[in-house]
Amino acid sequence: MQDFLEFKSISKGYPGVQAMSDVSFSVRKGAVHGLMGENGAGKSTLIRVLSGDQAADTGEIRIGGEQQVYKSVRDAFHAGVIVIHQELQLVAELTVAENLWLGRFPARAGVLDRRKLIAVVAEKLTEMGIDVDPAAKVASLSIGERQMVEIAKAVMVDARVTALDEPTSSLSSRESEILFSLIDRLRANGTVILYVSHRLDEIFRLCDSLTVLRDGKLAAHHSDISQVTRDQIIAEMVGREIANIWGWRGRPLGSTRLQVDNLTGPKLPHPINFTVRKGEILGFFGLIGAGRSEMARLLYGADTRSQGTVTVDGTTVTADSPAHSIRAGVVLCPEDRKLDGIIQGRSIEENMAISSRRHFSPFGILNPKKEGELADTFIAKLRVRTPSRKQHIINLSGGNQQKVILGRWLSEQGVKVLLIDEPTRGIDVGAKSEIYEILYDLAAQGMAIIVISSELPEIMGITDRIAVMCEGRIAAEIERPDFDERRILAAALPDISNANVLPIQQVQSR
Amino acid sequence: MTSLKKLLLGEQGLVVIFALAFAIVSLTVPNFLTERNMLGLLQSVVTIGIVACTMMFCLASRDFDLSVGSTVAFSGMIAVMASNATGSIVLGLLAALVCGGFVGLVNGVVIARFRINALITTLATMQIVRGLALISSDGRAVGINDPGFYQLALSKFLGVPTPIWVMGVLFVTFGFLLNRTVFGKNTLAIGGNPEASRLAGVNVVRMRIWIFMLQGLVCGIAGVLLASRITSGQPNAATGLELSVISACVLGGVSLAGGRAAMAGVIVGVLIMGIAENVMNLLNIQAFYQYVVRGLILLLAVLLDNLRSVAAGRRG
Repeated sequence: MQDFLEFKSISKGYPGVQAMSDVSFSVRKGAVHGLMGENGAGKSTLIRVLSGDQAADTGEIRIGGEQQVYKSVRDAFHAGVIVIHQELQLVAELTVAENLWLGRFPARAGVLDRRKLIAVVAEKLTEMGIDVDPAAKVASLSIGERQMVEIAKAVMVDARVTALDEPTSSLSSRESEILFSLIDRLRANGTVILYVSHRLDEIFRLCDSLTVLRDGKLAAHHSDISQVTRDQIIAEMVGREIANIWGWRGRPLGSTRLQVDNLTGPKLPHPINFTVRKGEILGFFGLIGAGRSEMARLLYGADTRSQGTVTVDGTTVTADSPAHSIRAGVVLCPEDRKLDGIIQGRSIEENMAISSRRHFSPFGILNPKKEGELADTFIAKLRVRTPSRKQHIINLSGGNQQKVILGRWLSEQGVKVLLIDEPTRGIDVGAKSEIYEILYDLAAQGMAIIVISSELPEIMGITDRIAVMCEGRIAAEIERPDFDERRILAAALPDISNANVLPIQQVQSR
Repeated sequence: MTSLKKLLLGEQGLVVIFALAFAIVSLTVPNFLTERNMLGLLQSVVTIGIVACTMMFCLASRDFDLSVGSTVAFSGMIAVMASNATGSIVLGLLAALVCGGFVGLVNGVVIARFRINALITTLATMQIVRGLALISSDGRAVGINDPGFYQLALSKFLGVPTPIWVMGVLFVTFGFLLNRTVFGKNTLAIGGNPEASRLAGVNVVRMRIWIFMLQGLVCGIAGVLLASRITSGQPNAATGLELSVISACVLGGVSLAGGRAAMAGVIVGVLIMGIAENVMNLLNIQAFYQYVVRGLILLLAVLLDNLRSVAAGRRG
């Protein structure tokens, strides 16, 4: 069969990052094509370009030999491209049938043809084996049922290309099976399906062919998936040359500084246990949704713990709020700086002093001189690039904002444990190295540091030990001498044995 | 053109507008710039001015309080009734403060602890408290027995009536609280980004409760002074006060999106409201038109706030 969907030299850059460079591959008609890669490898970028959400800088997409030019998601939709995102895009207050007709309601002289509205949908749903009432409001459906409705939408409009982004991440095993049979049906209709997933077993179960992306480039293309092994795919996902921007160096480690026992919370039901020594940098790696940030937030008291004890230097910390944690010497630089880190509209100075000013403000009365000195000290020490400490923090680059937040905690003096979630997300390479250097300095002074990162090279580059999280548990702990990309990634990927997927008609044992 | 825009939308824009308005009015309106009229003007804005002090904190922390008018009326009523019953003005004052503080505490706890929308909560307490004022007085004005109570509003110090002094002291106190204390900075931080403030160690729930309590206390003070001036406890006093106060704050550059406030701005905002009313009275403009003008001023204030936000390049 001829190639039906073709990507030709697609490149796409965002400010400061080349998200995708020169990616070309093609998919046959009626094929399910897997798309794999680490977080940030460029899968989402490719899907965004395909869906018309964002235009590629260069390159073209061809469907059935015709070049596609879209200006919007709507154009792509009319060209027969349907993208089913992780966050579903149904109108909750409308019925299933209404959602499926949305944008092209059957009507006569502007009056809704209600009978047709329901009848056609009912027929289609039965045909697809989806057991959902067309008159039910979407709000009353389970997540899995909603996903089915989304896919029914793709079938209803006779999509030529359907892309699914991690569709099973919120489905039960039974729902996944229904989803897979729907995908089989779409395939039989001759639709091209692009299937993004982290789950290798699903890729093998469903896909005919596979593309692996890495750092925004094409890492491998397999037109016949039966010729590939699981290990080979993992190797292709990680196989990169490591440039030494990390500058890691060993340092003596002291006694246990932080001990976490049986930590659980509403979003993290399995008990978490680990320790960090004085001067140690412990990395937490895992896929998005593995529970790393949730763990950090529980530890910090940002979310309420269900159970568990946190001990710092032998003293139990009863942290039920960030304020308590800070007083016990445990601080957090949050993952989403804009949402949870910076106080927009206030100055660098105020952002830095927000916590530590209580030490030098007798009876709650400010000491502006001291505050200014403090800000200037840390602006110099952390090399924050700014004309003055009065600058609004929103005007700084990501790297400099991160430094201000680090300054906020360093000015606290007594910090013993630093949690830093995605320390260099959205930060350019130069500033990255500076932030790593700051972390090494702090560790050398005896601080216990926990780094959470989705970037495998970063976590391997800067930490002394890695705890790999997978589906809310620590799946492996690996010391620096034993760092191995494949081993880490294999531990991070959900396994068939605990992935909650039905017994699969395994293709072959691999 | 751009420099004019910059001047009007910048930090000092309001002061410029105020100075212009003041100069024009002084020159054109007869009897405006006289000592007598000036004191009258200040006295007329005492209630708005006092309540605006804490409303500024409320808005700066991204909250809202509609219950202030009812609380002023209710605590004034309580002051009169308590002093009539006990024969002690001091006890009456205390009762009013306790009453106002309690309303604020309830507002704060419901809003901050139980996370109910501030608009809805205070819309509810606004009606409840007004109802309590009507119930306790059986819907009638309650006269003051002890003439000493009148002295609160009538007495003068250095030729200036006491209520104006009280307002001045509160302006200074809350200006200090906003600019020179951890409390003030935390208020602005909460308004700027509540979650980030919490993660930075600010006890956001406690702060918000405190702000509403202060608001209630200050309403108590305003209620006592108002009762003394109108020589009785009136269950229908201070209706619509919340809107005048919020107008004055917004006019004074307090952002409804939180995170931005200045005492000087609020004072100017209060004065602009006062001057507008005073001038309309001096020019014998019918009361009906005054509603229209007050509405227009509020609209203008919000538009100005929006323009200023856009000029400052803030999102959202």
